[in-house]
Amino acid sequence: MTAKKITGREADIYFNGDFIGKTKEPIKFVSETRKKRRQGILSDQLNIVYYEKSNEIRINTDSGRARRPLIIVENGKPKLTKEHIEKLKKGKITWSYLVKNGIMEYLDAEEEENTYIALHPSDITKEHTHVELNPLSILGTSASLNPYPEYNRGDRVNYGAKMVGQAIGSPIDNFLLRTDTKFNILNYPQMPLVDTMSDKILKEHPYGQNIVIAILVWDGFNMNDAIVLNRSSVERGLFRSFHFRTYETVKKRYWGGQEDDIGIPEPGIKGYRGEEAYKHLPEDGIVNIETIVESDSVLIGKTSPLRFLSSGDFTADIENKRESSVTIRYGEKGIVDKVLISETPNGEQLIKVRTRDERIPEIGDKFATRHGQKGVTALLVPQEDMPFTSKGVVPDVVFNPHGIPSRMTVSQLLEILAGKYGALAGRKVDGSAFSGTKEEFIRKEMLKLGFRDDGMETLYDGRTGKKFKVMIFTGVVYYMKLDHMVADKIHARSKGPVTLLTRQPTEGRAKRGGLRLGEMEQQCLVGHGAALTLKERFSSDDTLIPICQSCGMIAIHDKMKNKTYCPLCKDSKILWIQTSYAFKLTLDEMKALGIYPKLNVVEL
Amino acid sequence: MAEITLPRKIMEEVENYIRKNNLENRRKEILDRVRNLYKQAMYDPEEAVGVVAAQSLSEPATQMTMRTYHFAGTAGIQVTLGLPRLIEIFDAKKVPETPSMTIYLRKEHQNEKKALEIAQKIKEVKLRDFVVSDVIDLLNLKIICRLDTVKLKKYGIHVNDLTKYIKLKNVSVEIKGRELIATIEKTENVNLHKIKYRLLESHIMGVKSVSHVIVTKNENDEWIISTLGSNLKKVLSIDGVDPTRTVSNNPFEMCDVFGIEAARNSIIREAVHTIEEQGLGVDIRYVGILADLMTSTGKIMGIGRYGVAGNKDSVIARMAFEETKKHLINAAIKRTRDPLRGHVENIVMNQLIPMGTGAFTLVGRIPKIEEQKITKEKKKKSHQPSKPKKRKTKKATAKTKRKGKK
Repeated sequence: MTAKKITGREADIYFNGDFIGKTKEPIKFVSETRKKRRQGILSDQLNIVYYEKSNEIRINTDSGRARRPLIIVENGKPKLTKEHIEKLKKGKITWSYLVKNGIMEYLDAEEEENTYIALHPSDITKEHTHVELNPLSILGTSASLNPYPEYNRGDRVNYGAKMVGQAIGSPIDNFLLRTDTKFNILNYPQMPLVDTMSDKILKEHPYGQNIVIAILVWDGFNMNDAIVLNRSSVERGLFRSFHFRTYETVKKRYWGGQEDDIGIPEPGIKGYRGEEAYKHLPEDGIVNIETIVESDSVLIGKTSPLRFLSSGDFTADIENKRESSVTIRYGEKGIVDKVLISETPNGEQLIKVRTRDERIPEIGDKFATRHGQKGVTALLVPQEDMPFTSKGVVPDVVFNPHGIPSRMTVSQLLEILAGKYGALAGRKVDGSAFSGTKEEFIRKEMLKLGFRDDGMETLYDGRTGKKFKVMIFTGVVYYMKLDHMVADKIHARSKGPVTLLTRQPTEGRAKRGGLRLGEMEQQCLVGHGAALTLKERFSSDDTLIPICQSCGMIAIHDKMKNKTYCPLCKDSKILWIQTSYAFKLTLDEMKALGIYPKLNVVEL
Repeated sequence: MAEITLPRKIMEEVENYIRKNNLENRRKEILDRVRNLYKQAMYDPEEAVGVVAAQSLSEPATQMTMRTYHFAGTAGIQVTLGLPRLIEIFDAKKVPETPSMTIYLRKEHQNEKKALEIAQKIKEVKLRDFVVSDVIDLLNLKIICRLDTVKLKKYGIHVNDLTKYIKLKNVSVEIKGRELIATIEKTENVNLHKIKYRLLESHIMGVKSVSHVIVTKNENDEWIISTLGSNLKKVLSIDGVDPTRTVSNNPFEMCDVFGIEAARNSIIREAVHTIEEQGLGVDIRYVGILADLMTSTGKIMGIGRYGVAGNKDSVIARMAFEETKKHLINAAIKRTRDPLRGHVENIVMNQLIPMGTGAFTLVGRIPKIEEQKITKEKKKKSHQPSKPKKRKTKKATAKTKRKGKK
């Protein structure tokens, strides 16, 4: 902190946000408090900051502050010495020893304002107050998983970090005991060959697989970031994952001693789904384990009493029951994995059914490397048609070279080379930010192993057996399967449900909705002059309404007597017009507002 | 079909071409081909020109970056460009963010010296330009400004004359040697900083609100003056300025000075310039349609709620756009009728739009099956083609629903 004497004005001191006093020498006060903390007289969880601008001191000891450890620097020398590290390695001292003896300290976001932190020990000058434990710590958890990020443009590191978070891996080990609503697990996860410091900390939680990549155009199938997968690799289990979903229901109790019924609903009940839907249910109304269930089939058969009972009639017969079964979500399938029957804190019966579904990579699944290079599978090619090297190695993924120059993801190329070296040498390669294995070293080692140092290989086309005219960059890279699979997204509709109010198709895949033809699409049709196409596309809520010719309001059609008449005018002519139901609704809403919308209709 | 008369400009071009290449004997052939091409380029009847124009303009607009480029070190004036400028033009903002003028000079003034002379006349000179330093005397309520006498001499202003230019209320000004002293006569509620600012902003010479002038040569090797800040009326009266070509980048100013047609051209010129400057291309006809629409009432209307969209004829179209309740209530009070002639209303009601293939209706009735049979039989009997019977053509209009409110 730059020592600037403020004379005359006293600095306010706040403790956890409360004003507790004043001091004439704020800088001295702060430095002495810090000294005491480092000596162990005050708690190491106390943080103190002096704001020069507003001339106030803030002391914080409350919970919920994010704090991080730093090595203290005094007079241009870090307090942590080699002796300490030796002792730590031998187990003579512990981490807490370092914190308690003022060698390291935890700072919160506020106290950081008063510090000058060196990124690397070699950067330390006399002004510095702290030094980072490792320069990697400027990155967050997921960003620090990216190998060689310092070779990349910042945005790519950011994308990479974002996609690490979406990767399907092995985040927890007790998933078979858990009932998460949605959970994905990779079948054969691997730790990355080119890892970082954070990977060593994560240890048992991999998030992808190491695969052989060839940077090559494959008949244009991998254009625009698409990737071509090796079908044989997929058949051997590459990137297979399981998708778990838990469905649950509570056997609720209602006022008047009524409660839900678990069991196969009887035909004739309100909202009965038809016999086909209940075919998996045994007598108790809950599906058996290992039953193969498909979209919309019932997992738990349940009936509930109607919400409003007719007055005086409390008999719980079929008439007063409503179907409320739990079904598989629209578009999903699976095998019943687990059934759990328990109780809620209220003493009501709780039933949980977990389904499992194996997801084999298919066209449309999303994959990515840790460098922000994402792509969608466009083609699965059998191994015999894939290119192969002179040693017979066949790539698992064919990645398009056009994805490299504009994005400048040098780290990806480095990882491929390092991964190749790691695979050949049978060891892991460190790719931590700022301190990763240097390219020169890998190149030298590659030459020793009898490979080209630039990672290029002569490749032969699997279909023709001919040699490719150029050498192809081939290596090993860590790929992630992302949580965006076509199976969860595919959707189409011809007929389907409509909303009650407007009679227009519902929205969204979960509701079997239609795809909206929006305002801009509508203008496209207008621009083409395709009037009839336009009308047809907007006829999803088409209705016929009788209009009285004299008053212009909607008339009544009595189906029993087969008579159409206007309730306002006697013996007036009624014409049927065809419009959208939404428009009819608008007219009704206008009437509700007290506005008289008169339709002047003329016969053809 | 009637022969198409070609526009005069095209005809001239064709004539020139014929004359140049000595093709008098193939004149008819050439004209036919040109006519054919001209016909192909024409829009079909009932085509939705407005929608196509809107799409052609808005597609490149989505590609425009919000960034305005700042070129360092080039001779020129930094004006708003890109999407912000385009929005400014079409929204009909009264005063653009950076008003500017392009001043053309008369032939006799076409040299650097004279151009600079005119530029100096145009540039606004304020008291601030002659003040080296200023001091506020809080005790005596005075503002003391030290003057740059050398600069004053350069502009041909006598130091003692400066007092004439300063017209501030409750402030008396006197000159003492190289200093200008302004004394405030009021004693209560005096904001000296405000008064100082106003004092320094006093207009001395040149055209008001023209803060910068730059003399450059344009692509035709002609001396022009571009300015930052505009005041077209004053500039036009300056000797040497060509009033037939000098323009402002503010359509409203152009409208005030030259009239609505000039404003229309100004909108087109500014929009095309903005789009082309970004390296995008839009046919001038699309911009023309928009400019026509904006100026069709004789005043400049913006595109939007308070302009073109808010002045649509159809109530339903206005309701579908913005401020539904306002339009609905006004229509109900005024008992408005909607003849349903636009495409928006018809889409709302799910009717055939009166455009493209929906613009045409069948006039005349298709004969009933019995009638057809009879005529066929008659034909067989007579063994000679009989004239088709003239049927009564009853005008069968499409379902025309008139909607009005009581």
